[in-house]
Amino acid sequence: MTNSVNTNGVVAGRLDADALADNFSDLHPPLDDHEALVAADRCYFCHDAPCMTACPTTIDIPLFIRQIATGTAESAAKTIFDQNILGGMCARVCPTETLCEEVCVREVAEGKPVLIGQLQRYATDKVMDAGVHPFERAGATGKAVAVVGAGPAGLAAAHRLAMLGHSVVIYDARPKGGGLNEFGIAAYKSVDGFAQDEVDWLLQIGGIEMRYGQALGDGLSLDGLKSEYDAVFLGVGLGGVNALRAEGEDKDGVRDAVDFIAELRQADDLTALPVGRRVVVIGGGMTAIDAAVQSKLLGAQDVTVAYRRDKSAMGASEFEQVLATSHGVRIAFNAQPVRVLGNGKATGVEFERTDSSGGELKPTGETFVIEADQVFKAIGQTLTMDAGLEIERGKIVVTSDGRTSADGIWAGGDCALGGDDLTVTAVAEGRDAAMDIHAKLMGKGA
Amino acid sequence: MADLRSEFVGIKSPNPFWLASAPPTDKEYNVRRAFEAGWGGVVWKTLGEEGPPVVNVNGPRYGAIYGADRRLLGLNNIELITDRPLQTNLREIKAVKRDYPDRAVVVSLMVPCEEAAWKTILPLVEETGADGVELNFGCPHGMSERGMGSAVGQVPEYIEMVTRWCKQYTRMPVIVKLTPNISDIRKPAEAAHAGGADAVSLINTINSITSVNLDLFAPEPMIDTKGAHGGYCGPAVKPIALSMVSEIARNPVTANLPISGIGGVTTWRDAAEFIALGAGNVQVCTAAMTYGFKVVEEMISGLGQWMDEKGHESVASVVGRAVPNCSDWQNLNLNYVAKARINQDDCIKCGRCFAACEDTSHQAITMSADRTFEVIDDECVACNLCVNVCPVENCITMERIEPGQMDERTGKVVEADFADWTTHPNNPGTCAAE
Repeated sequence: MTNSVNTNGVVAGRLDADALADNFSDLHPPLDDHEALVAADRCYFCHDAPCMTACPTTIDIPLFIRQIATGTAESAAKTIFDQNILGGMCARVCPTETLCEEVCVREVAEGKPVLIGQLQRYATDKVMDAGVHPFERAGATGKAVAVVGAGPAGLAAAHRLAMLGHSVVIYDARPKGGGLNEFGIAAYKSVDGFAQDEVDWLLQIGGIEMRYGQALGDGLSLDGLKSEYDAVFLGVGLGGVNALRAEGEDKDGVRDAVDFIAELRQADDLTALPVGRRVVVIGGGMTAIDAAVQSKLLGAQDVTVAYRRDKSAMGASEFEQVLATSHGVRIAFNAQPVRVLGNGKATGVEFERTDSSGGELKPTGETFVIEADQVFKAIGQTLTMDAGLEIERGKIVVTSDGRTSADGIWAGGDCALGGDDLTVTAVAEGRDAAMDIHAKLMGKGA
Repeated sequence: MADLRSEFVGIKSPNPFWLASAPPTDKEYNVRRAFEAGWGGVVWKTLGEEGPPVVNVNGPRYGAIYGADRRLLGLNNIELITDRPLQTNLREIKAVKRDYPDRAVVVSLMVPCEEAAWKTILPLVEETGADGVELNFGCPHGMSERGMGSAVGQVPEYIEMVTRWCKQYTRMPVIVKLTPNISDIRKPAEAAHAGGADAVSLINTINSITSVNLDLFAPEPMIDTKGAHGGYCGPAVKPIALSMVSEIARNPVTANLPISGIGGVTTWRDAAEFIALGAGNVQVCTAAMTYGFKVVEEMISGLGQWMDEKGHESVASVVGRAVPNCSDWQNLNLNYVAKARINQDDCIKCGRCFAACEDTSHQAITMSADRTFEVIDDECVACNLCVNVCPVENCITMERIEPGQMDERTGKVVEADFADWTTHPNNPGTCAAE
């Protein structure tokens, strides 16, 4: 191997295959039986439990943990999947530190929450590893629903609709399903092809047909779907990426963080994946952290996340920030990009120091440069479809049941207004929209 | 999922989990919430005779014993029977039963040991539409000082007499609740059976003092520097209750007498164990008092999962399945030889097995400088203490030495034939099995 962490430029093979395999192994190795019992034993089975309220899908956490504690992890999994059919992925990617585990009474009392996420993984793995799908389809209703987007929202909606007896066709622009579970999140959160396994497992319900390589505006039209199906659910996510609005964005070495992450997730051989020696990630959300940490794990020497506001405003959770810094990523706060430097190739980014102490972002006039041969943009994604639906703040306006402004069209997940852009939120929105579609199609809805 | 429906002495309920007669079933508000939470039935908290209701203390009624992490293992109480007017309770029972016809509503009763008292109250209960009555011959505190509760339950003749009166004056099934504060539980069960009882339920609570206040030198729970023994219940009493249930189930006289199992049922597994030892259903109190009514959801899902996995189609098909295996010491196979085996992958090197074996048992475990613990087959008598004190489940197991192989401790080849104490050469012979 000729390249190392000291090689300048954007190159592959900075680390050998063993080091990369180690770096990209499971972030939280699964609990074994004993660890699971010890962890479950700490749950107090709280009344009207804060963890359950904090979960966007309202999983009955005290119940499933008690079911683990009494040796019935399969029942625990059923409790989880009843509310969240992607409970396996959510157990891996949920920012539990800002959801269930943040409000766990033992976190509040002792600073050590019950390991809810890992216990959820323990239970769901048990059932999924056994290939058991604990749901059965109801009798066919004769109704057909189109789901656009095979991400968490679309999959959750499709599963619920199929379970209720409707026939479902899922369209997705990509060649395989999973959405951001497959293409978006950090590799160490979903190892061993879990995202695809989960899609396959979910489809065991039956009644769901997958049609890949089809996107709205590219072979599909909303009007066409409306006329062909009894209902349409849009879970298209946010396909576009915000521009940097800084000079030099077109230089070599500057790219979208989501593309980098998707490429990394789909790579068969990480030693062939190029990464810069000095990497700057611009943004403050989970995508920024995922791109930064994975750059570091690929062998980048210096990685900086530059965020234009202060720590308290950062979208990435404290856990994610610590994860990044513990991997040697530097987080620069109050750094607003001014221009990408370099002659053709990026060599650095010039930032202006901001002051956000009063809540309002104010430039200070002071500038500084961070060297970079690779720059990732992670400053948010945008909705790319516009089919005459009411849009607000760049997202599709929906009711709490997921209804859009157009009759017969529902939407959920990142493309819909309201809720955090989290897998678990998308699942909840997809599930709830499915229940509303069901009520409408069966003549029970308004 | 497996069919959890239960029929106990003709009383149907959607599952075998009833709330025991106790504070959780003292009033309509609680019982409705319990039914909404999924409980299959309730035994309404004990009613007394018409007149000024009993009074309760106004200080602590409960005391507790804890395990690690303050997990409640045992609870004791000095609460008496319902302290609400009889008519109020009857009105509420009627309303609840009307609204929940599919749930079991049994009414616990405790009136003086006089025929007229029982003859008076039974028609009042019958009029509510309740499914049955449970005679409280078990309460060990307060009421027993007045000649009721366990004061009756400790005299088999009284049990038989009162049971007979009740069978005479009501068409409802009569369940007799037994006190464990007695030397041989078979006697009161036989008495109930002789009196015509449809079933027995057990155990009621055990005489207990949970702790002593060492500043005031007074037992807890303490009322104004004095304390009185209370009734002990919760997970800690389960082994006592299981044994007593098994004794009644094994007794030829009462073998066919239905049993409602009570005593520390906290999980589905506890319930399954009671049922396997002969209980037709179970009653729960402390688990609900500790965790709330919702705890029944785990019992339902767990029992269903177990039955599905094992292919048990109904609760009734499991009742008493472990009874034939409840034997006496003299009938245990002395040719069965086992040795402890420590799984080195699972061992966390705490050394508790070593301390237990070295200090208090048979010096059958070695400890190396690097804290590796191994069993010495020459010394191991398979007492199981190391298994019991090990913090890691299934890290230490007892493995059978197959017949034909050497038992290193005795130097003898393990024999295949069954041989118990009744045929053992050391048996003086006079106590050989009949």
